[in-house]
Amino acid sequence: MIKKTTLYNLHQKNGAKLVEFAGYEMPIQYKDGIIQEHKFTRSNCGIFDVSHMGQLFIYGDENLTNDLENIFPLDLKKLNINQSKYSFLMNDNAGIHDDLIITKVTGGYLIILNAACKENDFRIIKEKLNDKYDLQLSDKHSLIAIQGPEAKNILEKNINGVDKLKFMNGGNFKFQNSDAYVTRSGYTGEDGFEVSIGNNYAESFVEEMLKIGAKLAGLGARDTLRLEAGLCLYGNDIGMNTTPIEANLKWAISKNRIDTEYPGSKIIKNQIKSGVDKIRVGIKPENRVIARGNTKIFNNEKKEIGKITSGTFGPSVEHSIAMGYVENKYAILNTKLFLEVRGKKIPANVCNLPFYKKNYVKGEINV
Amino acid sequence: MSDVKYSKEHEWLKLDGDIATIGITKHATEMLGDIVFAELPEKGSSVEKDGTAGVVESTKAASDVYTPISGEVVDANQSIVDDPSKINADPEGDAWFFKLKIKDKNELDTLMNKEEYDKFAKESAQ
Repeated sequence: MIKKTTLYNLHQKNGAKLVEFAGYEMPIQYKDGIIQEHKFTRSNCGIFDVSHMGQLFIYGDENLTNDLENIFPLDLKKLNINQSKYSFLMNDNAGIHDDLIITKVTGGYLIILNAACKENDFRIIKEKLNDKYDLQLSDKHSLIAIQGPEAKNILEKNINGVDKLKFMNGGNFKFQNSDAYVTRSGYTGEDGFEVSIGNNYAESFVEEMLKIGAKLAGLGARDTLRLEAGLCLYGNDIGMNTTPIEANLKWAISKNRIDTEYPGSKIIKNQIKSGVDKIRVGIKPENRVIARGNTKIFNNEKKEIGKITSGTFGPSVEHSIAMGYVENKYAILNTKLFLEVRGKKIPANVCNLPFYKKNYVKGEINV
Repeated sequence: MSDVKYSKEHEWLKLDGDIATIGITKHATEMLGDIVFAELPEKGSSVEKDGTAGVVESTKAASDVYTPISGEVVDANQSIVDDPSKINADPEGDAWFFKLKIKDKNELDTLMNKEEYDKFAKESAQ
Protein backbone atom coordinates (compact mmCIF):
# COMPACT_ATOMS: atom_id res chain seq x y z
CA MET A 1 0.00 0.00 0.00
CA ILE A 2 1.21 3.47 -0.83
CA LYS A 3 2.24 5.42 2.26
CA LYS A 4 1.63 9.04 3.14
CA THR A 5 3.68 11.38 5.30
CA THR A 6 2.13 13.36 8.15
CA LEU A 7 2.18 16.46 5.92
CA TYR A 8 0.03 14.88 3.20
CA ASN A 9 -2.96 17.13 3.91
CA LEU A 10 -0.77 20.22 3.95
CA HIS A 11 0.63 19.23 0.55
CA GLN A 12 -2.86 18.84 -0.88
CA LYS A 13 -3.99 22.13 0.61
CA ASN A 14 -1.06 23.85 -1.11
CA GLY A 15 -1.82 22.49 -4.57
CA ALA A 16 0.81 19.77 -4.66
CA LYS A 17 1.13 17.51 -7.67
CA LEU A 18 1.60 14.15 -5.96
CA VAL A 19 3.58 11.22 -7.34
CA GLU A 20 4.67 7.89 -5.95
CA PHE A 21 8.26 7.97 -4.78
CA ALA A 22 9.89 5.10 -2.87
CA GLY A 23 6.49 3.82 -1.78
CA TYR A 24 5.23 7.21 -0.60
CA GLU A 25 2.82 9.64 -2.16
CA MET A 26 5.03 12.73 -2.33
CA PRO A 27 4.79 16.25 -3.81
CA ILE A 28 6.86 16.58 -6.97
CA GLN A 29 5.88 20.26 -7.15
CA TYR A 30 3.32 22.77 -5.92
CA LYS A 31 1.46 25.49 -7.84
CA ASP A 32 4.49 27.64 -8.68
CA GLY A 33 6.31 24.80 -10.42
CA ILE A 34 9.81 23.37 -10.19
CA ILE A 35 11.76 26.33 -11.56
CA GLN A 36 10.13 28.91 -9.27
CA GLU A 37 10.51 26.61 -6.25
CA HIS A 38 14.16 26.05 -7.16
CA LYS A 39 14.89 29.77 -7.57
CA PHE A 40 13.02 30.70 -4.41
CA THR A 41 15.12 28.22 -2.44
CA ARG A 42 18.30 29.76 -3.85
CA SER A 43 17.20 33.33 -3.12
CA ASN A 44 15.02 32.95 -0.02
CA CYS A 45 13.77 29.83 1.80
CA GLY A 46 12.30 26.56 0.54
CA ILE A 47 10.71 23.92 2.78
CA PHE A 48 10.87 20.28 1.80
CA ASP A 49 8.99 17.40 3.38
CA VAL A 50 11.56 14.60 3.52
CA SER A 51 9.69 12.52 6.07
CA HIS A 52 9.83 9.54 3.71
CA MET A 53 13.51 9.26 4.52
CA GLY A 54 14.55 6.84 7.24
CA GLN A 55 15.45 8.13 10.70
CA LEU A 56 17.29 5.32 12.39
CA PHE A 57 18.08 5.81 16.06
CA ILE A 58 20.64 3.42 17.56
CA TYR A 59 21.21 3.53 21.31
CA GLY A 60 23.92 1.66 23.17
CA ASP A 61 26.94 1.66 25.44
CA GLU A 62 30.56 2.56 24.65
CA ASN A 63 30.91 -0.55 22.47
CA LEU A 64 28.45 0.87 19.94
CA THR A 65 31.02 3.26 18.48
CA ASN A 66 33.45 0.41 17.88
CA ASP A 67 30.77 -1.77 16.36
CA LEU A 68 29.61 1.00 14.03
CA GLU A 69 33.20 1.57 12.92
CA ASN A 70 33.11 -2.01 11.67
CA ILE A 71 30.24 -0.95 9.37
CA PHE A 72 31.07 2.60 8.29
CA PRO A 73 34.43 3.96 6.98
CA LEU A 74 34.46 6.74 9.56
CA ASP A 75 36.53 7.73 12.55
CA LEU A 76 33.52 7.79 14.87
CA LYS A 77 35.66 8.01 18.02
CA LYS A 78 36.75 11.48 16.94
CA LEU A 79 33.22 12.57 16.16
CA ASN A 80 31.97 15.12 18.69
CA ILE A 81 28.54 14.79 20.13
CA ASN A 82 26.02 16.42 17.73
CA GLN A 83 28.48 16.30 14.84
CA SER A 84 27.40 14.74 11.52
CA LYS A 85 29.28 12.91 8.77
CA TYR A 86 28.32 11.76 5.29
CA SER A 87 29.00 8.06 4.77
CA PHE A 88 28.01 4.83 3.04
CA LEU A 89 26.64 1.43 3.89
CA MET A 90 28.67 -0.88 1.66
CA ASN A 91 28.89 -4.54 0.77
CA ASP A 92 32.18 -6.47 0.64
CA ASN A 93 32.73 -5.33 -2.96
CA ALA A 94 32.42 -1.69 -1.88
CA GLY A 95 29.10 -1.50 -3.72
CA ILE A 96 26.87 1.06 -2.05
CA HIS A 97 23.69 -0.17 -0.30
CA ASP A 98 22.94 3.43 0.63
CA ASP A 99 24.50 6.81 1.31
CA LEU A 100 23.60 8.40 4.61
CA ILE A 101 24.27 11.04 7.24
CA ILE A 102 25.29 9.76 10.65
CA THR A 103 25.16 12.04 13.70
CA LYS A 104 26.42 11.27 17.19
CA VAL A 105 23.63 12.05 19.64
CA THR A 106 23.31 11.64 23.39
CA GLY A 107 23.38 7.92 24.11
CA GLY A 108 23.86 6.81 20.51
CA TYR A 109 23.59 7.72 16.87
CA LEU A 110 20.99 9.03 14.44
CA ILE A 111 21.35 7.85 10.85
CA ILE A 112 19.35 9.44 8.01
CA LEU A 113 18.70 6.90 5.24
CA ASN A 114 17.21 7.06 1.77
CA ALA A 115 13.51 6.21 1.66
CA ALA A 116 13.87 3.43 -0.90
CA CYS A 117 16.72 1.80 1.02
CA LYS A 118 15.74 2.22 4.65
CA GLU A 119 14.11 -1.16 5.34
CA ASN A 120 17.00 -3.02 3.74
CA ASP A 121 19.56 -0.83 5.53
CA PHE A 122 17.83 -1.51 8.84
CA ARG A 123 18.07 -5.28 8.28
CA ILE A 124 21.74 -5.10 7.31
CA ILE A 125 22.77 -2.83 10.17
CA LYS A 126 20.77 -4.81 12.75
CA GLU A 127 22.38 -8.04 11.58
CA LYS A 128 25.89 -6.58 11.60
CA LEU A 129 25.33 -5.32 15.13
CA ASN A 130 24.23 -8.84 16.19
CA ASP A 131 21.03 -7.49 17.76
CA LYS A 132 23.08 -6.06 20.62
CA TYR A 133 21.58 -2.58 20.56
CA ASP A 134 18.26 -0.80 20.55
CA LEU A 135 17.49 0.13 16.90
CA GLN A 136 14.45 2.20 16.02
CA LEU A 137 13.50 3.12 12.48
CA SER A 138 11.13 5.82 13.63
CA ASP A 139 7.82 6.55 11.96
CA LYS A 140 6.88 8.89 14.82
CA HIS A 141 9.12 11.70 13.58
CA SER A 142 8.71 13.86 10.52
CA LEU A 143 11.79 15.25 8.78
CA ILE A 144 11.60 18.76 7.36
CA ALA A 145 14.38 20.44 5.37
CA ILE A 146 14.52 24.27 5.51
CA GLN A 147 16.92 25.49 2.85
CA GLY A 148 18.17 28.78 1.45
CA PRO A 149 19.84 32.02 2.52
CA GLU A 150 16.83 33.03 4.66
CA ALA A 151 16.50 29.59 6.29
CA LYS A 152 18.41 30.62 9.41
CA ASN A 153 16.24 33.68 10.03
CA ILE A 154 12.98 31.88 9.39
CA LEU A 155 13.89 28.84 11.48
CA GLU A 156 15.39 30.94 14.29
CA LYS A 157 12.02 32.66 14.75
CA ASN A 158 10.44 29.27 15.47
CA ILE A 159 13.28 27.35 17.08
CA ASN A 160 15.45 29.54 19.25
CA GLY A 161 19.22 29.04 18.99
CA VAL A 162 19.57 27.24 15.67
CA ASP A 163 21.43 30.11 14.02
CA LYS A 164 24.44 29.28 16.24
CA LEU A 165 24.80 25.79 14.74
CA LYS A 166 27.79 25.15 12.52
CA PHE A 167 27.52 23.28 9.23
CA MET A 168 27.20 19.50 9.75
CA ASN A 169 26.42 19.98 13.45
CA GLY A 170 23.17 19.51 15.30
CA GLY A 171 21.48 19.79 18.65
CA ASN A 172 18.34 19.34 20.73
CA PHE A 173 15.97 22.28 20.54
CA LYS A 174 12.35 23.14 21.28
CA PHE A 175 9.56 24.08 18.91
CA GLN A 176 6.76 25.25 21.22
CA ASN A 177 6.45 22.32 23.67
CA SER A 178 7.90 19.74 21.33
CA ASP A 179 11.45 18.39 21.17
CA ALA A 180 13.14 18.89 17.85
CA TYR A 181 16.51 17.61 16.72
CA VAL A 182 18.01 20.10 14.29
CA THR A 183 21.10 19.71 12.12
CA ARG A 184 22.62 22.36 9.87
CA SER A 185 22.73 20.39 6.65
CA GLY A 186 20.88 19.80 3.44
CA TYR A 187 20.84 18.63 -0.14
CA THR A 188 20.52 21.86 -2.10
CA GLY A 189 23.93 23.55 -2.06
CA GLU A 190 22.48 26.25 0.19
CA ASP A 191 22.76 26.99 3.86
CA GLY A 192 19.98 25.15 5.61
CA PHE A 193 18.67 22.83 8.29
CA GLU A 194 16.97 19.49 8.68
CA VAL A 195 14.53 19.22 11.55
CA SER A 196 13.36 15.95 13.06
CA ILE A 197 10.15 16.68 14.91
CA GLY A 198 7.29 14.63 16.39
CA ASN A 199 4.52 13.99 13.86
CA ASN A 200 1.98 15.81 16.06
CA TYR A 201 3.84 19.09 15.63
CA ALA A 202 5.03 18.75 12.03
CA GLU A 203 2.14 20.50 10.32
CA SER A 204 1.96 23.49 12.68
CA PHE A 205 5.75 23.82 12.51
CA VAL A 206 5.66 24.10 8.71
CA GLU A 207 2.61 26.39 8.79
CA GLU A 208 4.45 28.80 11.11
CA MET A 209 7.35 29.07 8.65
CA LEU A 210 5.03 29.52 5.66
CA LYS A 211 3.41 32.44 7.52
CA ILE A 212 6.71 34.33 7.70
CA GLY A 213 7.80 33.95 4.10
CA ALA A 214 9.03 30.41 3.47
CA LYS A 215 7.53 28.47 0.57
CA LEU A 216 7.02 24.77 0.01
CA ALA A 217 9.22 23.10 -2.59
CA GLY A 218 8.79 19.60 -3.98
CA LEU A 219 10.95 16.67 -5.00
CA GLY A 220 11.37 18.15 -8.50
CA ALA A 221 13.15 21.25 -7.17
CA ARG A 222 15.05 19.09 -4.70
CA ASP A 223 16.47 17.16 -7.65
CA THR A 224 17.48 20.21 -9.75
CA LEU A 225 18.99 21.87 -6.66
CA ARG A 226 21.07 18.86 -5.68
CA LEU A 227 22.26 18.29 -9.23
CA GLU A 228 23.42 21.92 -9.56
CA ALA A 229 25.23 21.38 -6.25
CA GLY A 230 26.92 18.28 -7.71
CA LEU A 231 25.41 15.98 -5.08
CA CYS A 232 24.72 12.31 -5.83
CA LEU A 233 21.27 10.77 -5.95
CA TYR A 234 21.24 7.19 -4.73
CA GLY A 235 19.95 4.85 -7.42
CA ASN A 236 21.08 7.22 -10.19
CA ASP A 237 24.62 8.39 -9.50
CA ILE A 238 25.64 5.80 -6.94
CA GLY A 239 24.48 2.27 -6.21
CA MET A 240 25.50 -1.36 -5.90
CA ASN A 241 27.62 -1.13 -9.08
CA THR A 242 29.67 1.89 -8.04
CA THR A 243 32.14 2.34 -5.21
CA PRO A 244 32.67 5.60 -3.32
CA ILE A 245 36.05 5.97 -5.04
CA GLU A 246 34.52 5.58 -8.50
CA ALA A 247 31.87 8.08 -7.44
CA ASN A 248 34.67 10.56 -6.67
CA LEU A 249 33.62 10.62 -3.01
CA LYS A 250 36.95 9.61 -1.50
CA TRP A 251 36.74 12.63 0.82
CA ALA A 252 33.97 10.83 2.72
CA ILE A 253 36.28 7.96 3.72
CA SER A 254 38.06 8.96 6.94
CA LYS A 255 41.81 9.04 6.29
CA ASN A 256 42.75 6.96 9.30
CA ARG A 257 40.27 4.25 8.25
CA ILE A 258 41.82 3.58 4.83
CA ASP A 259 44.12 0.89 6.25
CA THR A 260 41.56 -0.59 8.63
CA GLU A 261 38.66 -3.00 8.08
CA TYR A 262 35.05 -2.36 7.18
CA PRO A 263 32.84 -3.83 4.44
CA GLY A 264 34.52 -3.13 1.10
CA SER A 265 37.75 -1.88 2.71
CA LYS A 266 40.04 -4.09 0.60
CA ILE A 267 38.58 -2.75 -2.64
CA ILE A 268 38.57 0.85 -1.43
CA LYS A 269 42.20 0.63 -0.36
CA ASN A 270 43.18 -0.93 -3.66
CA GLN A 271 41.27 1.65 -5.71
CA ILE A 272 42.87 4.52 -3.76
CA LYS A 273 46.30 3.01 -4.43
CA SER A 274 45.89 1.80 -8.03
CA GLY A 275 43.15 4.03 -9.38
CA VAL A 276 39.78 3.19 -10.91
CA ASP A 277 38.59 2.27 -14.41
CA LYS A 278 35.64 4.63 -14.38
CA ILE A 279 34.92 7.77 -12.41
CA ARG A 280 32.05 10.21 -11.88
CA VAL A 281 32.45 13.62 -13.49
CA GLY A 282 30.39 16.72 -14.16
CA ILE A 283 29.31 17.11 -17.79
CA LYS A 284 27.95 20.19 -19.57
CA PRO A 285 26.24 19.74 -22.94
CA GLU A 286 27.10 22.57 -25.32
CA ASN A 287 23.46 23.40 -26.04
CA ARG A 288 20.12 23.17 -24.23
CA VAL A 289 19.60 19.46 -24.92
CA ILE A 290 19.06 17.50 -21.71
CA ALA A 291 21.01 14.28 -21.32
CA ARG A 292 19.13 12.18 -18.78
CA GLY A 293 20.19 9.03 -16.94
CA ASN A 294 21.45 6.15 -19.17
CA THR A 295 22.44 8.48 -22.03
CA LYS A 296 25.51 6.96 -23.71
CA ILE A 297 28.76 8.94 -23.68
CA PHE A 298 31.21 8.74 -26.62
CA ASN A 299 34.72 10.07 -27.21
CA ASN A 300 35.63 12.02 -30.36
CA GLU A 301 36.37 8.73 -32.14
CA LYS A 302 32.79 7.47 -31.62
CA LYS A 303 33.87 4.93 -29.00
CA GLU A 304 31.46 4.49 -26.10
CA ILE A 305 33.26 5.50 -22.92
CA GLY A 306 30.53 5.81 -20.31
CA LYS A 307 26.99 6.70 -19.30
CA ILE A 308 25.16 9.68 -17.89
CA THR A 309 23.58 9.00 -14.49
CA SER A 310 21.66 12.28 -13.93
CA GLY A 311 20.84 15.18 -16.18
CA THR A 312 18.52 18.15 -16.12
CA PHE A 313 18.26 21.82 -16.91
CA GLY A 314 19.80 23.85 -14.10
CA PRO A 315 17.45 26.78 -13.40
CA SER A 316 20.08 28.84 -11.55
CA VAL A 317 23.04 28.12 -13.84
CA GLU A 318 20.64 28.43 -16.81
CA HIS A 319 22.29 25.56 -18.59
CA SER A 320 21.79 21.90 -19.32
CA ILE A 321 23.84 19.96 -16.73
CA ALA A 322 24.65 16.30 -16.12
CA MET A 323 26.80 13.85 -14.20
CA GLY A 324 28.03 10.50 -15.37
CA TYR A 325 30.78 7.93 -15.32
CA VAL A 326 33.55 7.95 -17.93
CA GLU A 327 36.69 5.88 -18.40
CA ASN A 328 39.28 7.34 -16.10
CA LYS A 329 41.50 8.83 -18.82
CA TYR A 330 38.65 11.08 -19.99
CA ALA A 331 38.08 12.54 -16.54
CA ILE A 332 40.05 15.68 -17.35
CA LEU A 333 38.59 19.17 -17.25
CA ASN A 334 37.27 20.37 -20.64
CA THR A 335 37.60 16.96 -22.34
CA LYS A 336 35.23 16.92 -25.29
CA LEU A 337 32.55 14.22 -25.13
CA PHE A 338 29.51 13.36 -27.21
CA LEU A 339 26.16 12.41 -25.70
CA GLU A 340 23.73 10.32 -27.72
CA VAL A 341 20.28 11.89 -27.34
CA ARG A 342 17.47 10.74 -29.66
CA GLY A 343 19.99 9.39 -32.16
CA LYS A 344 22.06 12.57 -32.34
CA LYS A 345 25.53 13.09 -30.89
CA ILE A 346 25.43 16.20 -28.73
CA PRO A 347 28.82 17.83 -27.99
CA ALA A 348 29.60 18.24 -24.30
CA ASN A 349 32.53 18.93 -21.99
CA VAL A 350 33.83 17.49 -18.76
CA CYS A 351 33.47 20.21 -16.13
CA ASN A 352 34.08 20.87 -12.47
CA LEU A 353 31.49 20.05 -9.82
CA PRO A 354 29.51 21.68 -8.39
CA PHE A 355 27.80 23.54 -11.22
CA TYR A 356 26.50 25.98 -8.66
CA LYS A 357 28.82 27.54 -6.08
CA LYS A 358 27.88 26.66 -2.53
CA ASN A 359 26.77 29.22 0.01
CA TYR A 360 27.33 27.13 3.11
CA VAL A 361 27.86 29.02 6.34
CA LYS A 362 31.36 29.49 7.64
CA GLY A 363 32.61 26.77 9.84
CA GLU A 364 33.41 23.26 8.85
CA ILE A 365 33.13 23.15 5.07
CA ASN A 366 35.19 20.03 4.55
CA VAL A 367 32.83 17.28 5.66
CA MET B 1 -11.50 29.80 -31.41
CA SER B 2 -14.10 27.66 -33.14
CA ASP B 3 -11.75 27.00 -36.07
CA VAL B 4 -9.18 25.38 -33.77
CA LYS B 5 -8.95 21.59 -33.81
CA TYR B 6 -7.36 19.30 -31.25
CA SER B 7 -5.66 15.90 -31.23
CA LYS B 8 -5.58 13.13 -28.65
CA GLU B 9 -1.85 13.78 -28.28
CA HIS B 10 -2.71 17.26 -26.95
CA GLU B 11 -1.77 19.31 -29.99
CA TRP B 12 -3.89 22.15 -31.31
CA LEU B 13 -4.19 23.14 -34.96
CA LYS B 14 -5.44 26.37 -36.48
CA LEU B 15 -6.19 26.50 -40.17
CA ASP B 16 -5.67 29.51 -42.45
CA GLY B 17 -6.27 28.53 -46.08
CA ASP B 18 -4.08 25.46 -46.62
CA ILE B 19 -1.59 26.48 -43.90
CA ALA B 20 -2.03 24.90 -40.47
CA THR B 21 -0.38 26.36 -37.36
CA ILE B 22 0.29 23.69 -34.75
CA GLY B 23 1.24 23.83 -31.09
CA ILE B 24 0.66 22.00 -27.82
CA THR B 25 -2.35 22.68 -25.61
CA LYS B 26 -2.45 24.50 -22.29
CA HIS B 27 -3.55 21.22 -20.74
CA ALA B 28 -0.41 19.56 -22.12
CA THR B 29 1.84 22.26 -20.62
CA GLU B 30 0.13 21.87 -17.26
CA MET B 31 0.81 18.14 -17.35
CA LEU B 32 4.43 18.65 -18.42
CA GLY B 33 5.36 21.40 -15.96
CA ASP B 34 8.13 23.91 -16.68
CA ILE B 35 9.38 23.39 -20.23
CA VAL B 36 13.13 23.89 -20.60
CA PHE B 37 13.86 22.53 -24.07
CA ALA B 38 12.10 22.41 -27.43
CA GLU B 39 13.12 20.83 -30.72
CA LEU B 40 11.18 21.51 -33.92
CA PRO B 41 10.99 19.91 -37.36
CA GLU B 42 13.17 21.42 -40.07
CA LYS B 43 11.69 23.81 -42.60
CA GLY B 44 11.09 22.00 -45.87
CA SER B 45 10.76 18.57 -44.28
CA SER B 46 7.65 16.45 -44.65
CA VAL B 47 5.78 15.08 -41.67
CA GLU B 48 3.16 12.33 -41.57
CA LYS B 49 -0.03 12.44 -39.54
CA ASP B 50 0.56 11.15 -35.97
CA GLY B 51 4.31 11.02 -36.61
CA THR B 52 6.93 12.67 -34.42
CA ALA B 53 7.50 16.31 -35.28
CA GLY B 54 9.50 17.61 -32.34
CA VAL B 55 10.35 17.19 -28.69
CA VAL B 56 9.65 19.13 -25.54
CA GLU B 57 11.41 18.54 -22.27
CA SER B 58 10.32 19.72 -18.87
CA THR B 59 12.46 19.61 -15.75
CA LYS B 60 10.82 16.21 -15.22
CA ALA B 61 10.82 14.36 -18.55
CA ALA B 62 11.06 14.41 -22.33
CA SER B 63 7.93 14.11 -24.51
CA ASP B 64 7.54 13.77 -28.24
CA VAL B 65 5.45 16.28 -30.12
CA TYR B 66 3.29 14.70 -32.81
CA THR B 67 1.76 16.30 -35.85
CA PRO B 68 -2.00 15.87 -36.01
CA ILE B 69 -1.96 16.00 -39.84
CA SER B 70 0.45 15.39 -42.73
CA GLY B 71 2.19 18.13 -44.66
CA GLU B 72 5.31 20.10 -45.48
CA VAL B 73 6.89 22.23 -42.76
CA VAL B 74 6.88 25.83 -44.02
CA ASP B 75 7.86 27.54 -40.77
CA ALA B 76 9.14 26.71 -37.28
CA ASN B 77 9.00 29.01 -34.26
CA GLN B 78 12.64 29.66 -33.33
CA SER B 79 11.59 31.92 -30.43
CA ILE B 80 10.38 28.92 -28.38
CA VAL B 81 13.66 27.11 -29.03
CA ASP B 82 15.58 30.14 -27.75
CA ASP B 83 13.27 30.59 -24.76
CA PRO B 84 11.22 27.45 -24.03
CA SER B 85 9.52 29.08 -21.02
CA LYS B 86 7.34 30.91 -23.59
CA ILE B 87 5.55 27.62 -24.14
CA ASN B 88 4.24 27.61 -20.58
CA ALA B 89 3.39 31.30 -20.78
CA ASP B 90 1.27 31.26 -23.96
CA PRO B 91 0.95 27.72 -25.37
CA GLU B 92 -2.09 28.35 -27.54
CA GLY B 93 -0.94 31.75 -28.86
CA ASP B 94 2.59 33.10 -29.41
CA ALA B 95 4.24 29.79 -28.58
CA TRP B 96 3.08 27.89 -31.66
CA PHE B 97 5.51 25.16 -32.78
CA PHE B 98 5.42 24.89 -36.57
CA LYS B 99 3.33 25.62 -39.68
CA LEU B 100 2.40 23.03 -42.26
CA LYS B 101 1.22 23.24 -45.82
CA ILE B 102 -1.39 20.56 -45.42
CA LYS B 103 -1.53 17.54 -47.69
CA ASP B 104 -5.02 16.14 -47.19
CA LYS B 105 -7.87 18.20 -45.74
CA ASN B 106 -9.81 15.02 -44.96
CA GLU B 107 -7.36 14.29 -42.15
CA LEU B 108 -8.87 17.23 -40.26
CA ASP B 109 -12.08 15.25 -39.76
CA THR B 110 -10.28 12.91 -37.36
CA LEU B 111 -9.62 15.78 -34.93
CA MET B 112 -11.72 17.11 -32.06
CA ASN B 113 -13.34 20.50 -31.58
CA LYS B 114 -12.76 22.49 -28.40
CA GLU B 115 -15.70 21.07 -26.52
CA GLU B 116 -14.74 17.49 -27.38
CA TYR B 117 -11.12 18.10 -26.48
CA ASP B 118 -11.88 19.70 -23.11
CA LYS B 119 -13.96 16.66 -22.23
CA PHE B 120 -11.23 14.31 -23.45
CA ALA B 121 -8.51 16.20 -21.52
CA LYS B 122 -10.57 16.17 -18.34
CA GLU B 123 -11.18 12.43 -18.62
CA SER B 124 -7.57 11.56 -19.54
CA ALA B 125 -6.29 13.56 -16.58
CA GLN B 126 -8.15 11.32 -14.14
